[in-house]
Amino acid sequence: MTNPVHERIADLVNSNDVVLFMKGTPFFPQCGFSSTAIAILERLNVAFEGVDVLADQEIRQGIKEYSDWPTIPQLYIKGEFVGGSDIMMEMFQAGELHTLVAEAGIKPAA
Amino acid sequence: MPMAAADIEAAILAALPGATVEITDLAGDGDHYAAVVTAPQFTGLSRVAQQRLVYNALGGRMGGALHALKLTTVAA
Repeated sequence: MTNPVHERIADLVNSNDVVLFMKGTPFFPQCGFSSTAIAILERLNVAFEGVDVLADQEIRQGIKEYSDWPTIPQLYIKGEFVGGSDIMMEMFQAGELHTLVAEAGIKPAA
Repeated sequence: MPMAAADIEAAILAALPGATVEITDLAGDGDHYAAVVTAPQFTGLSRVAQQRLVYNALGGRMGGALHALKLTTVAA
């Protein structure tokens, strides 16, 4: 991997169990889809790292290429791309997100 | 530069023959849509792979000309 932005992203998703690339911050999401994603993670009660792409244009563009996914938010668990907010909601409602988090041994939010 | 619902449907149908597309204009502004896409091509694919097929059908307009699309994919 030679793209420095992709290396930064790889470092983020590999050094945090749960990472949400989003618009705004967990306390102040600036897009309805990101807000939905935060609400789901809060209901799951998992510790996660929020990355505000609005504050970092390199990441904003780079994450779309890295994931081959055109929209924000994007959820990563244990370095693996899980999906955007629609997939998060489907998985949450089906109980699949709970299973994924439990099987990955993700620690609960403090 | 919003994208008309008919254009979204046409782009998806062109890439996924046999699909059915149901589009709702969420805000009435031609810029925030929900789409339910049912397609035989989705069978056996993960949700991520299913949505990628739809995004690819929109050919780079997703996240650009098309700002918001709440997407639900169903295998036919």
